[in-house]
Amino acid sequence: MFLFFLSSGMFLGWSLGANDASNVFGTAVGSRMLRFRTAATLCCLFVIIGAVISGAGATQTLGKLGAVNAVAGAFVVAFSAALSVYLMTLARYPVSTSQAIVGAIIGWNLFSGSPTDSNALFKIIMTWIACPLLSGVIAVISYKIVSFAIRKLNVHMFKLDEMTRYGLLLMGMFGSFALGANNIANVVGVFLPVSPFNDMVLFGGWHFSAAQQLFLIGSLAISLGVITYSRRVMETVGNKIFQLSPLMAFVAVWAHSVVLFLFASQHLEQLLISLGLPPVPLVPVSSSQAIVGAVVGMGLIKGKHNIRWRTVGGIAGSWVTTPIFAFVISFVLLFVLQNVFQQTVYRL
Amino acid sequence: MSFVGIFKNRTGIEKEIDNFLDLASESGLIFIQGVNAYLLNKLESFDEHLTHVVETEKKADTLRRSIEDLLYRKTLIPESRGDVLKLIERMDALLGQFKGVMFRIEIERPTIARRFHDDLKSLNNCAVQSVEAMILSLRAYFKDIGKVADHMHKVIFWETEADKASTHLQKEVFRDDKLALDMKMQLRDLIKHIDGIADQAEDMADSLAIYVIKRSL
Repeated sequence: MFLFFLSSGMFLGWSLGANDASNVFGTAVGSRMLRFRTAATLCCLFVIIGAVISGAGATQTLGKLGAVNAVAGAFVVAFSAALSVYLMTLARYPVSTSQAIVGAIIGWNLFSGSPTDSNALFKIIMTWIACPLLSGVIAVISYKIVSFAIRKLNVHMFKLDEMTRYGLLLMGMFGSFALGANNIANVVGVFLPVSPFNDMVLFGGWHFSAAQQLFLIGSLAISLGVITYSRRVMETVGNKIFQLSPLMAFVAVWAHSVVLFLFASQHLEQLLISLGLPPVPLVPVSSSQAIVGAVVGMGLIKGKHNIRWRTVGGIAGSWVTTPIFAFVISFVLLFVLQNVFQQTVYRL
Repeated sequence: MSFVGIFKNRTGIEKEIDNFLDLASESGLIFIQGVNAYLLNKLESFDEHLTHVVETEKKADTLRRSIEDLLYRKTLIPESRGDVLKLIERMDALLGQFKGVMFRIEIERPTIARRFHDDLKSLNNCAVQSVEAMILSLRAYFKDIGKVADHMHKVIFWETEADKASTHLQKEVFRDDKLALDMKMQLRDLIKHIDGIADQAEDMADSLAIYVIKRSL
């Protein structure tokens, strides 16, 4: 029965894989610098590694926002997020799974009468704003450094092409790892409190926790999305981003990956704490918004007129509309499941 | 296409473009030698240089096709591929112009009076120098984009010099009472043909200036 309820999370994972893989490998595939098969294989591999090894951090923050304590409730929360992502994509609105799941969880909190941790919510909202800004700043600084180095080193056009290809490949792998680590919380995070899995010790004494088992399933769903549906998105998005030049695209993927990694790495958090520095909150952020932040940042270097402000406005608007949309769907579906299908969607 | 395959072919294309530009540069030198031999009435030597320039042009054609094939089949430098192809094709056309002038001389065998020799040599030199400066600009475009401007202004300089030399020579030809009108017109066409080489080099430099802006970081 748990696996049936988990299907909504799998649907969300599938749509995340289909959409967000283009942010990390879109340029390389769209410009035909890399074969889709190679990109998809590497993307799946590193999403799984990122999710299993580093997925716990962002999941904990999502758990603080609202611990969905009934499997049917978790099903509705994930399904509402997936449905709002699907519907908004259909309406051609830029959409983030991270924002959809947060809206859906708050819907469950309100329906079940559970309090919403305002600190966790504030932290999450601040991160959404910080994510594209930080990505833009990292992109601008990185682009300045990279272009200065290229100018100073007098790199041959074909050597630069070769280096960009290697760079896109490495950034694609890093980006996939960061995507898996940061966004797995969106896919299976709500199922964690109701998961029937137990910790296991595998050969070689490797501890394979219940959460990691769930992350593995979630990352497999993301991989399925990458394999089955991301090709077309990669080719479309890749070509759009590619017009920036492959070097700019490389920097955009780098900035995106650093931001996703920053908001997902527990090791980095521990390091900052040990150094007496304020830790970076571990929160699932939007991969698309990180890449857009980087692109806008680099566009500003070339002049304001290069930026389509209407598109930027649409994306900023989706920060508000996506969680509200998911919240409403979640609340309505919880009511339907409880009162029509007589399912327990929360426990007192 | 496999990822390793792309890298294996890259060294190849760098070498091919270098060889292609070497051949373009060589064509200019052969052209000067050939026309000088003709002016000295050394027709056998002129024929040898004509054969040499034809062979060079053939080799350059083969290289051009190979470069085009590699660029498209291996999807190299996607953002600059079209620009590079245009530059290579136009350089190949310039190389063909050297061959064209020599064939014109071979077919028409014009009588060029000794008093025009220095001016004609000067015009040839300006045309070849403009192409040479264009080749250096092109090499810089691939290897050190910051240096393109250092060479490109020389293309414009030599093209202006070629125009001056061409105008001067045409005036001399048409003001010469010893020459019949048909001979004057024949020489004028030859002079214009040579001057056209420098004009084409300048057009290419104008395009290159835009491609450099496109690639600027």
